Amino acid sequence: MSRIDDYVPVAGASEVEELRLLAARLEGKTIRNVNSTAVGGGVAEILTRMLPLLKELGVDARWDVIKGNERFFAVTKNMHNALHGMDVPVTGDDLDFFVDVNRRNAAEMDLASDILFIHDPQPIALVERKGDLGGKWIWRCHIDFTDPRPEIWAFLKGYIERYDGAVFSAPAFSRPLSVRQVLISPSIDPLSDKNRDLGEDEIDRVCAGYGIDRGRPIVTQISRFDYLKDPVGVIKAYRMVKEHMDCQLVLAGGGATDDPEGLRVLDEVKREAEGDPDVLVLFLPPASDIEINALQRASSVVLQKSLKEGFGLTVAEALWKAKPVIASAVGGIPLQIAHKYSGILTRTVEGAAFWIKQLLQEPEYARKLGVNGREHIRANYLITRHIRDYLLLFLSLYFEKDVIRL
Amino acid sequence: MSEPFRFHTRLNLVELLGRRAGTVRELLTGIREVPGASIYHHTHRFLQQHHFLSPEPPNDFAYWISGSLGLNDIGERLASIDTVRYRRINDLRTRYVEILEEALAARRNSWPVCQESDEFHFMSCRTFIIPLPAVARDAGEFLDILGRISVNSLYYHVFESRLWLERGENDFAVWFEARGDHELAGALARLDPYTITLEGLRQEIIGLVRRHVQDR
Repeated sequence: MSRIDDYVPVAGASEVEELRLLAARLEGKTIRNVNSTAVGGGVAEILTRMLPLLKELGVDARWDVIKGNERFFAVTKNMHNALHGMDVPVTGDDLDFFVDVNRRNAAEMDLASDILFIHDPQPIALVERKGDLGGKWIWRCHIDFTDPRPEIWAFLKGYIERYDGAVFSAPAFSRPLSVRQVLISPSIDPLSDKNRDLGEDEIDRVCAGYGIDRGRPIVTQISRFDYLKDPVGVIKAYRMVKEHMDCQLVLAGGGATDDPEGLRVLDEVKREAEGDPDVLVLFLPPASDIEINALQRASSVVLQKSLKEGFGLTVAEALWKAKPVIASAVGGIPLQIAHKYSGILTRTVEGAAFWIKQLLQEPEYARKLGVNGREHIRANYLITRHIRDYLLLFLSLYFEKDVIRL
Repeated sequence: MSEPFRFHTRLNLVELLGRRAGTVRELLTGIREVPGASIYHHTHRFLQQHHFLSPEPPNDFAYWISGSLGLNDIGERLASIDTVRYRRINDLRTRYVEILEEALAARRNSWPVCQESDEFHFMSCRTFIIPLPAVARDAGEFLDILGRISVNSLYYHVFESRLWLERGENDFAVWFEARGDHELAGALARLDPYTITLEGLRQEIIGLVRRHVQDR
């Protein structure tokens, strides 16, 4: 596990020093995180990495997990899909059951803390205990909120507005609310296996294992096999490029083997790629972080042609490796890429093809985009910035004004 | 003898106002009505987030008008506002309002509406100002500290204090003026920090102060 001083060489000594200054102002405050799972998923992953660092900084940060049965998680999965705009049934009975499970958890858990930091919809109704427990309560939304179904939004809004504030990952997720809303983007850990520096021999080994020729241009998209990532659109863009120049396409990603839709998309992609030895479709097993890291580093251009996206951290990962990235202007991607400065934003297959050709033929411009992209990630999307935002958020609960002198 | 210079740093927490714009008119209404902290955020965000880039992208309003509405003429006018001329955030707001009002008064066959996913989202910021242990009692100590403070600290003393806290000049110019170093103070006050990277600005200031020390 990394220690806070390990981040000095990548984030800078003054950045880490500022974290210490902020953490000192939270002395004596207890911060309790609550979510619905201890392992698996982005929330558990970030809490696992972040909590030891917060503790090392002297912050009394804790983490509890609510309990739920199969029905509870089936309801929350449907709520999750409904928040993405999907037409799934969430009945009044389901919502009553959801609240009931929250109340049982609230009765059993020790929630006494100065700050309650509640993650995602599953434990949202714990806030019913705000009146008797006191403390400051924040709801942290990690999911895409661009197009929620109105009835689910209305249900959640009733709870969100009981909190002292809500935190979203991208501006597009913000909605009119009577409570403060804060923007805190997710982050990447530059010291993790997915992002740490790799030797050329490690990159060579991974590429050789997959039969990728490092002597020719490599265009890559890393993402799970999902219609919303538009892998077939990526192959179409590649074909337009291939008419004019030599390159290889790598489509790599994981996914649950019990997800029927994921397997259907994978089959479709394989069919689309059939007969072209320069299109490589890789279904990666879990714990393929070093392989993903190597594939990104071996790439000439990285794509993220999503039709819809939460934040799109694969973009940050590729930019951190100083790669020129062509990505769709959806979800949190425009926060990570300023068009033509730190990457390219596109909206169509034709646009993606046009920019792949440009970047393959203008390596100096592509290099500059990559260098700028890496600096943008260094300044804004590393875990140290994420910790800083959380510390500022906690401190902000005790002040009213726009300018706060500590 | 003037007071020693106490270095500070500043850190921002970005807030979402839950307010959107899809047209020039909606943007104009928003600019008129949002708090000053929001105007400050949208006109300085790129400077903070892309402090290593030069030329850096323009302010958020110009970037959106050009990029999402395709109105490059209005975008260019907004991008060219000489922010360094303004000493109060409300005066800067007024300039944006004037340009957008003039644009709307011009005849056009139709005004674009952006795609839903491209809407402008109004944001704001809360600024935390934190004193650092570093204190300079003379120009030599000032030079030594300036070389190692974070870009956040540099940003605070040059941009934040002058416009957002409305002190009129950057903190460095004010301190050297109080010490009686009028020529150096004048040179520091004349700097245009909006057209240079923060590291470039740091080197520029170090160069000015170093020459001043050598000339004495």
